[in-house]
Amino acid sequence: MSEIIPIGPYHPLQEEPEFFRLHVDGERVTQLDIEIGYNHRGIEKLAESKSWDQVVFLVERICGICSTSHPAASINCMEDLGAIEAPERAQYIRTIICELERIHSHLLWLGLAGHFIGYNTVWMWAWKYREIVCDVLEKISGNRQSYSMFKAGGVRRDILEDDIPWIRKKMDELKPSLDMFLGAVSDDPVIHARTKGVGILTKQQAIDYCVVGPTARPSGIEIDVRKDDPYFAYDWVDWDMIVMEEGDVFAKTACRILEMKESVKIIEQCLDKMQPGIIDLEIKELPAGEGIGRAEAPRGEVYHYCLSDGSNFPSRYKVRAPSYTNILSNEVACIGQTVADAALVLAAVDPCYCCTERVVVVDDNTNTEKIISGNDLIKLSHEKTKKLRKELGI
Amino acid sequence: MGLKLKSLTKSPWVYHLSTGSCNNCDIEILDCLTPRFDLERFGIVLVGSPRHADALLVTGNMTMKSMERAKEVYNQMPKPGVVIAIGTCALGHGVFDGSYVMPNTVDEVLPVDIYIPGCPPKPEGIIAGVAKLLTMLRQKA
Amino acid sequence: MTWEEIKKEIKDKYDKKIIKWFEHNDNRIYVDINPEDLVEFAEYLFKELKSRFIIASGVDTPRGGIEILYHFDFFQLPQVFSLRVFLKKPEIEVGSLSPIITGAKWIEREIHELLGVNFKNHPDYKKHLILPEDWPEGKYPLRRDQ
Repeated sequence: MSEIIPIGPYHPLQEEPEFFRLHVDGERVTQLDIEIGYNHRGIEKLAESKSWDQVVFLVERICGICSTSHPAASINCMEDLGAIEAPERAQYIRTIICELERIHSHLLWLGLAGHFIGYNTVWMWAWKYREIVCDVLEKISGNRQSYSMFKAGGVRRDILEDDIPWIRKKMDELKPSLDMFLGAVSDDPVIHARTKGVGILTKQQAIDYCVVGPTARPSGIEIDVRKDDPYFAYDWVDWDMIVMEEGDVFAKTACRILEMKESVKIIEQCLDKMQPGIIDLEIKELPAGEGIGRAEAPRGEVYHYCLSDGSNFPSRYKVRAPSYTNILSNEVACIGQTVADAALVLAAVDPCYCCTERVVVVDDNTNTEKIISGNDLIKLSHEKTKKLRKELGI
Repeated sequence: MGLKLKSLTKSPWVYHLSTGSCNNCDIEILDCLTPRFDLERFGIVLVGSPRHADALLVTGNMTMKSMERAKEVYNQMPKPGVVIAIGTCALGHGVFDGSYVMPNTVDEVLPVDIYIPGCPPKPEGIIAGVAKLLTMLRQKA
Repeated sequence: MTWEEIKKEIKDKYDKKIIKWFEHNDNRIYVDINPEDLVEFAEYLFKELKSRFIIASGVDTPRGGIEILYHFDFFQLPQVFSLRVFLKKPEIEVGSLSPIITGAKWIEREIHELLGVNFKNHPDYKKHLILPEDWPEGKYPLRRDQ
C-alpha cells in the first residue's frame, strides 16, 4: 500500500510527550525552547524502595526501545560496586542481546525518519526487517521487547545450541537489507537534498553540550563506551567505531546504518567464540560503597550511579539516559533551519525522551503564536519532499 | 445512538495517547500497522486528531503532568467513543506503583472500556483485545 | 594524554585543595573538595584537560547536608573522575557550572527541583523542568524527610 498513512502523535519516537517552542523569523527558526517532564515517573526515588534485583526490572522499563541498555548499565554498576566478574559465556550472551537491540532500535529510527521525509516504503521495509530481529530476541528471551535477560553476575537464560544455526540464518537474511538501505540513502537525490547540510551540529557545539552516541560521532567526536571503557565481550571481538565529520542529518543516518552492519559482525563473532560454560554466578549480596556503570545504548552513553549501605536496597540510584544530553543540543542544531526541516532535525538525535506532538511556532516579528501539531509538521516535511522531487524532475 | 455505535464497530478510527509510558506499548501499537499484523484489514486506522477518533488507545501511567491533557483529549473525542487501556502501566502502574508523580490510575481519570494487559502486550494480544471490544459493542448495538 | 599524566597534572595543580582522593578501582576515582573550589576545578577539568561532563548526581545524606557528585570522563580513556562536594544544611548552595559547561544546564535545574539545592549564577531557572507545574513549593521528592 503506497498511500500516506497519517500518523498522529510521535510516541514511538518519544518516550515522553514534550513541548517544543520554535521562534521563527519568516520561514527560519531563530530559537528553540524545550519543555520536558510529561514522562517523569520518579524512577530514582522508586529505586530506593526496590531490592537490587528488582532495580534491574525497574530500569528496563525506563525506555522501551533501548530496553536492554539500562539493565546493561545497571548490572555494570552493581558489578563495579561489588567487584564482580561475570562468566565468559554470560558476557558473550549479553553482547549478543545488546547488539540485537541496537539493530532493532536503528531500524525503528530509520523507518520513522523515512516517514518524516515522506518515504513510507522505507518505513515499511525498515520495520519489516525489524521483525526478524524481534523474532530472534523472542526466541532467545521469550519477549519481543523487555527481555529481562540481565542480572548482576550473569544472565537469566542461556542461548540453546540448537537455536544458533537458526540465529545465524536470520543474520544472513538481515545483511542484504542493510546494504539495500545504505544504497538507498547514498543514491537518492531527494534524501540528499533533504538531509545534507541540514541540522548541522559542529564539533565545538557537540563538545559544549557534552553530547554522546550517534549524535556526537557524526560530528567528529570519537567516543563510544564500548571502545573507551569496554564491558561485556566488546574487546574480545573486532569491530569499527563509525565516526563522520559533517554533523548533519545525512551523517547521522549513514552513521546508524553502518553501525548496524558492525553489530551484525559482532553478533556473528560472539556466536563463533562462545564456549559452553556457566552463565550465572548467583550473587547473593552487594557490599557497601559506590558503583558507576556505563553502557552504549543505541542513542549514546547510558550512565548509572549507585550508593549502597550494604543492605538489600540502594540508598541512592542515579540514572542518566543519553537523550538527556542529546536533546538539548537541538537548541543550536535547529537554528537557521526551516520549519519544514524542524521535524527531521528534532528526530535526528533519536529522542528517547521527547515528543513533537505539540509544537508552538512563535513569529518574533509579528509576535503571533501558532500551535502546530506533530502531524502538521510531518505534512510540511512531506510537502517539501514533493517540491524537491518536482525540481529534480523525478 | 444505536446506529452510530454500529458504524463505529465497522471501521473504528483510533487515536493513540501516551500518558507517561516507556514506549514499549506504543511501539507495539504502531507495529500493528506493519505488514505482518496489518490492523488495517479490520478497517482500523490511526488518526492524527482525537476529533476524528472513535476509540482512544491509552498507554502509560497517567502522570500528574499528563492528566489535564488526557482529559482534554477525551473531551475532544466525539461520543459515543470507547477507551482502551493498553499495557500493565495503564492498568495499575505496574512496576511504577508508589511513585510520587502518579496519584491516579488511568481508569480513575478516564472511563475505560477494555483492559489489555502485558508488558508490553504482543501485537496479537492488542488485536485480540480490540476485536473482543468490537464484538461486545456490536452486541450492544 | 595518558591517565597517569592527567592524574599527575591534577594532583600537582590542586594538591592543597583536595580533601580526599579515593580510587575504588583503576577506572573509578572519587575526589572530595570544598564547594568554594568547585567552579574553578571543574573549569580546569573541562577547558584545560579537555574532559567531558557526564552528569551530576545529588544525594541527601544523614550527615546534615546534601552531597553532589560531578562525573567527568576523558573521552578515549576508561576512567570516570568524580568530584564530590558536601553542602551543609540549611544554606545548601554551590556555584553553577552552566556558564562554563552548557551541558550542565538541565541537571542543575533537576537537582534544584528534586533536592532544593541553589546553584548560584545559573542562567535560567525558569519554570519546572521535570516536576508538574502545580508541584508544591518547598517539597523536594529526593530529600530523606519526604
